[in-house]
Amino acid sequence: MPQRRDLIASAIVVLLLALLPLAGSRYAIDLTTEVMIYALFALSLNVLIGFTGNISFGHAAYFAIGGYACAILLTTYGWPLALALPAAVVLAGLVAAVVGYFCVRLTQIYFAMLTLAFAMLVWGVAFKWKEVTGGDDGFTGIKMPEIIAHHVGYFYFTLVVVAAGIAALWVICHSAFGLTLVAIRENSVRAGFIGVDTRHMRWAAFTVAGTFGGLAGALFGMYHRGMYIENAFWTESANVLIMVLLGGIYSFIGPIIGAAVLHLLQTFTNQYTPYWPTVLGLILLVIVMVLPDGLIGLVRRVRARGGRP
Amino acid sequence: MTAMLSIDGLWKSFAGFVATRDVTFELLAGETHAVIGPNGAGKTTFFNLITGHLRPDKGSVSFEGRDLVGLPPQKIVRLGIARSFQRINIYPRLTVFENVQVALIAHEGQQWNLFRPGRSLHRQGTQELLELVGLASEAEETAGELSYGKQKQLELAIALASQPRLLLLDEPTAGMSPQETGETIASVRDIVKARGLTLLFTEHDMSVVFGIAERISVLHHGEIIASGTPDAVRNDPEVKRVYLGEHAHG
Ligand SMILES: Nc1ncnc2c1ncn2[C@@H]1O[C@H](COP(=O)(O)OP(=O)(O)OP(=O)(O)O)[C@@H](O)[C@H]1O
Ligand SMILES: [Mg+2]
Repeated sequence: MPQRRDLIASAIVVLLLALLPLAGSRYAIDLTTEVMIYALFALSLNVLIGFTGNISFGHAAYFAIGGYACAILLTTYGWPLALALPAAVVLAGLVAAVVGYFCVRLTQIYFAMLTLAFAMLVWGVAFKWKEVTGGDDGFTGIKMPEIIAHHVGYFYFTLVVVAAGIAALWVICHSAFGLTLVAIRENSVRAGFIGVDTRHMRWAAFTVAGTFGGLAGALFGMYHRGMYIENAFWTESANVLIMVLLGGIYSFIGPIIGAAVLHLLQTFTNQYTPYWPTVLGLILLVIVMVLPDGLIGLVRRVRARGGRP
Repeated sequence: MTAMLSIDGLWKSFAGFVATRDVTFELLAGETHAVIGPNGAGKTTFFNLITGHLRPDKGSVSFEGRDLVGLPPQKIVRLGIARSFQRINIYPRLTVFENVQVALIAHEGQQWNLFRPGRSLHRQGTQELLELVGLASEAEETAGELSYGKQKQLELAIALASQPRLLLLDEPTAGMSPQETGETIASVRDIVKARGLTLLFTEHDMSVVFGIAERISVLHHGEIIASGTPDAVRNDPEVKRVYLGEHAHG
């Protein structure tokens, strides 16, 4: 069961976000929508990284599959959102299950490289399959249902979907399944000796991560009214990985913080300089050198020091 | 008594180095059996072959009539064989409590439950196991920060959580203080008795070995050179020459 304090804090955050359109500008609303989508994306990746101890370099693949599938089903096939969105999520999860089946046979860097290879394959499909995906022109002009076509409507839609997605991930990460994943992360050999089939568990974690990554991607595509091959590119996988590391992999909410901080930094940096990649490099340097547990780890350390009598 | 574990003609080599040489061995149901031998004799390798961590090159291992060769560790533990490790093998960033709790979750097959909160499961069972090995007051500490001796006790609790019928302990007291050794051995003996376990263990401390083993097998260069009651083994000239004699001098 979640701690009462955590539940109240989450409720307050959701409530404050719900009030944002009353006070905020269009700019603030859009930026918050983006942050929420990235937060879900980063959290989904952390099921693999923080909870299972498997670093994926190809998580953008499932984001892109969710995004393209939802866009195509809505627009090319005219499906209603209530069908297109779940179908897109299921498809992302299925592809993750197929890819994961092969990836979890490997560990560590070999695992990471294989996830990258499959992600490049997905990018290749998006690029080559022009009739369906629009190729390098992107898939544009997504048909949006009336009620969420307006940016405020879309903000509320995103809030509800992301909150539900985060709640589901919270339950999964804190379940018996989630605790067992952490044991695998900590010591996969020992996990085998208590009767855990570590490969199957890692496979399941991979599938869960891909499924929720697909949900984030579907929200992203509709928000931008289009999907582009860059969304499947390895740089996108690296970006979400940095969000996770920046926030901190050893806490549930770390990736949410990381996603918010990184996306806001990127947006503001881009307003003043064209040097975002340089800034990103510096951020990465700081994470590796001084923030191995991310921002959450830093907060915990500061608290521990302050709490000392 | 009948054989619980029968091993026949077991071989294992690492890049040409033979670590287990034609080992034939029987473990009787309910007995407490020690495997002793000098460093590098192949004791840990022997345990690894039984528990599926290593696959033998040749030979058979059968547990209550079932062939274990080729089964992965997670299948073997489900048949009722659990082990502890000579080198600490715990989940360092989990709490002591969670280290045991997750073993109980796995034992019950609940690792596939995506909804039930993990921390609410088996609280009482975990507490009981921690009390049994004397770690109740450290329950909420991070396992990796415990003293070496306490981590060894945690090893034991994790192995017990799988509710084995056959327990394999690889040097359960290595690195412990004499007092911790005494307490651990006393609790192992009590647990084995209370649960009717069959115990196979390795140990360098001869007072422990001769104190609790009902039978002893001696490994030397991967071979079993003697097997029998403590008295028989103690008086075996070959054993005296290669192992016990050297201990007496050291
Ligand atoms: N995975 C491995 N790869 C290569 N050699 C190994 C491996 N495992 C064990 N050995 C070698 O096999 C021999 C037996 O090792 P083992 O660990 O089984 O001995 P042991 O009797 O448990 O020794 P100790 O009393 O020091 O624990 C040693 O020479 C060791 O170096
Ligand atoms: Mg050994």
